[in-house]
Amino acid sequence: MSTGTRPSPEVAATVGPAAGALTPRLFRVAGRAQQTHDTWTLRLVPGDGGAPLVAAPGQFTMLYAFGVGEVPLSVSSGSSGATPLVHTVRAVGAVTEAICAAKPGDALGVRGPFGRGWPLDETLGRDVLLIAGGLGLAPLWPVIQWILRRRDDIGHVSVLVGSRTPADVLYRAELAHLAARPDIQAVVTVDAADPGWDGRVGVVTALLPQARFDPARTVAFSCGPEIMMRLTAQALVDAGVPAHRVHLSMERNMHCGVGHCGRCQLGPLLLCLDGPVCDYDRLGPLLRIREL
Amino acid sequence: MTAVPSGPIDAACVVPPAGLGVLIDALRKRGYKVVGPTVRDRAIVYDEITDAGQLPVGWTDVQEAAGYRLERRDDEARFGYAVGPHSWKQFLLPPRLRLARIQRTVDGGGNGAGGGDDSAESVADRDGFTIEEEPPPTTRLALIGARSCELRAIAMQDRILVDGRYPDPDYTVRRDGLFIVAVNCHEPGGTCFCVSMDAGPAVRRDSGYDLLLSEILDGEHRFLVEAGTARGAELLAELSVLAGTGGAGITAPGMGAEAEDVGTGPAARPVTPADRAAAQAAVERAAARMGRAVDADGLRDLLAANLEHPRWDDVADRCLTCGNCTMVCPTCFCLTVEDVGDLAGGEAERWRSWESCFSLDHSYLHGGAVRGSGRSRYRQWLTHKFGTWHDQFGSSGCVGCGRCITWCPVGIDVTEELAAIRMNPAPGDPVP
Amino acid sequence: MTTSSPPPPTASETASAPDIPTFAGMQPEHRAIIAGCAREVTLKPGEVLFREGDVADTLYLIRAGTVAIEMFVPTRGTITIETVGAGDVVGWSWLFPPYRLRFDARALSAVTAGAVEASCLRARMAADPELGYDLLFHLAKVLAERLSATRMRLLDVYRNPAQP
Repeated sequence: MSTGTRPSPEVAATVGPAAGALTPRLFRVAGRAQQTHDTWTLRLVPGDGGAPLVAAPGQFTMLYAFGVGEVPLSVSSGSSGATPLVHTVRAVGAVTEAICAAKPGDALGVRGPFGRGWPLDETLGRDVLLIAGGLGLAPLWPVIQWILRRRDDIGHVSVLVGSRTPADVLYRAELAHLAARPDIQAVVTVDAADPGWDGRVGVVTALLPQARFDPARTVAFSCGPEIMMRLTAQALVDAGVPAHRVHLSMERNMHCGVGHCGRCQLGPLLLCLDGPVCDYDRLGPLLRIREL
Repeated sequence: MTAVPSGPIDAACVVPPAGLGVLIDALRKRGYKVVGPTVRDRAIVYDEITDAGQLPVGWTDVQEAAGYRLERRDDEARFGYAVGPHSWKQFLLPPRLRLARIQRTVDGGGNGAGGGDDSAESVADRDGFTIEEEPPPTTRLALIGARSCELRAIAMQDRILVDGRYPDPDYTVRRDGLFIVAVNCHEPGGTCFCVSMDAGPAVRRDSGYDLLLSEILDGEHRFLVEAGTARGAELLAELSVLAGTGGAGITAPGMGAEAEDVGTGPAARPVTPADRAAAQAAVERAAARMGRAVDADGLRDLLAANLEHPRWDDVADRCLTCGNCTMVCPTCFCLTVEDVGDLAGGEAERWRSWESCFSLDHSYLHGGAVRGSGRSRYRQWLTHKFGTWHDQFGSSGCVGCGRCITWCPVGIDVTEELAAIRMNPAPGDPVP
Repeated sequence: MTTSSPPPPTASETASAPDIPTFAGMQPEHRAIIAGCAREVTLKPGEVLFREGDVADTLYLIRAGTVAIEMFVPTRGTITIETVGAGDVVGWSWLFPPYRLRFDARALSAVTAGAVEASCLRARMAADPELGYDLLFHLAKVLAERLSATRMRLLDVYRNPAQP
């Protein structure tokens, strides 16, 4: 395998400018909504008079909180230029806490977009499984929007969402709308329920037997904690979905976003360039090796 | 007026050791900061040198796994040693570099829409920040004494940081202004294995040097100086002129009688076949005296297939995860970027510094390190350097300089580790 | 208690043994025996299958709908431990004395299921070790899958790493 695994410069050019790759651009918070006790969704617009940031679903940016630091965040916005940049952020440390505390009008820095996103064209003419765990729903959300715009060109679509508890479910209202549509099968399950939850309880892979899909012509996108993605991918392959049609959004310590710092390596892959979306045919053997 | 030979990339001459002083002066007069080998703290390191007397005249190094010391030579060789703990990467990719200054700004009050309305698309300008990128360095560097292995390492980093998809602005500027005086090795070290990695000891013609020195100790102590670029040829011509007055003219091969007599000093003289033969012989002797060897064939696949080999447990018992190897390695270039704020919260600086894959921070994710054990970190380093570097950057990451072997405090020898894995591959490991 | 074994299923009983996805790998005559001990039930949403402490006398084979396995926790209320759907089995306490149920089970949606009478099945299994092995093998598979999934939930993979 040679550097042919890198996206070509032509492809690179189509998914976001390289300028603004190393220096953050000033963006402002245009809107803020709390999703759960530790997760917020922010809408960001350019604050430097420059062009809006267009990212392909599955790409990420490096979001900067002044004086604190940067974190990689998957984009949750659609890929048309008109929409603001949307990020759903969980407060897990100093930087994300600062980002989650940003109010409308506050400034945040944005670098990117970076990385290889979801292979959306693979959904055309196929059944689609979108399997999200926890915060993993955020990078899959723009895929759902994209699919809805081309619904007729795509087969059965199932959105399976696993969450810790009912209180941790993201985009609850939007998921409810989705579940009400006759042309999408959307099911939410939780690991642990509270009294009053009348939905599914159990691991997200337990929802697979009830999803409608023809394994031979199915493409699956999954995002969530690595262990959940690994088991999901294996369950899909066991069900007959070809490994190269199972795509995972991998995470490692993205830092520079441009393939220089070396911190996002997973074996031969530099996840900021070769990922974060990779197929299970390549990932499978790598994920089975501990501490790779 | 000096006539500069036109387009003669095979311009060459022979100078005595004093010619090096002339060379250094000429470079400094052109505004270069000259860095080269010098003795300091009982090692040969790379630092600024202002005259040729600061070169390690008559010194050699004795290198072994976890061992380095200097010894006196019988002669006054200027380059009679292998490589020390420094590589040129500290000049092209500084260990600490400020990238930007970030100032918090307080804009004038907006139009009162700053009430935190979640649905508002228009936002009042409130606080913000401005980013002032660090201006590019203006000092141009001239390297004296770059070895073949080191040129290979620089070329590797060029491919990523200059010619890659995202060029690094600072590195690109430093690299662009760089003047390289390369040196053919004639004294390899006890841990050298550049021959195995096809990275030396002879400097290749296409390595990108401006001038190439071959030190000859047989008979008269002299240096064959060859130009590799027009810039190098220009300096070479001046070298001849400045070395003295009178004497036979230097002509570049092929220029014949049309060439102006550019003059020579009593020191500089044309190259003879005997000079070339002596230079060639010195480098061939070096190639035959490598301290180490490794079978580099198929290492990418070998390592990919042996990620659970028992040897990793073995080396983990010895490795201190100190990261010395990554610091001295000329190709390692992992980096970290940190924002450092002032206590008042008004200004922050973004600093980039060297990072090592041996640090727990390197693979930090979600509250812990992905590579928590020393075993996994050593495996990461070795399999990256000799294996996945191919996947990521199109070649091996090792140039066989041996620094990692010499400077490992417990003497872990990469050639030994690789041989151990090759001799006894573990069956049944998954092959990616 | 009779000591004579029940008659083997007729050819037509075997042929018409209803499709039970969980037991699809079982031998057809074994499936027919199970069907012979079963009757079809339909449950309305909210209808209770059984309560903790009841006698375990039924193996439910869910054909359609969702069933919640629940527990009433004092001061907290009723909490769903797990939901199961089409192709799943509910109730295995009928296998072991004291044949007592440990959880509640309630239909969350409309449910159709095969309700297999436990005493009938126990008698058949005692008389026919091959049937016993076949059934237990397939039941064990379901339970192993459930146990694995439960272990994954114990790992709490979605937790916020910043919180203890």
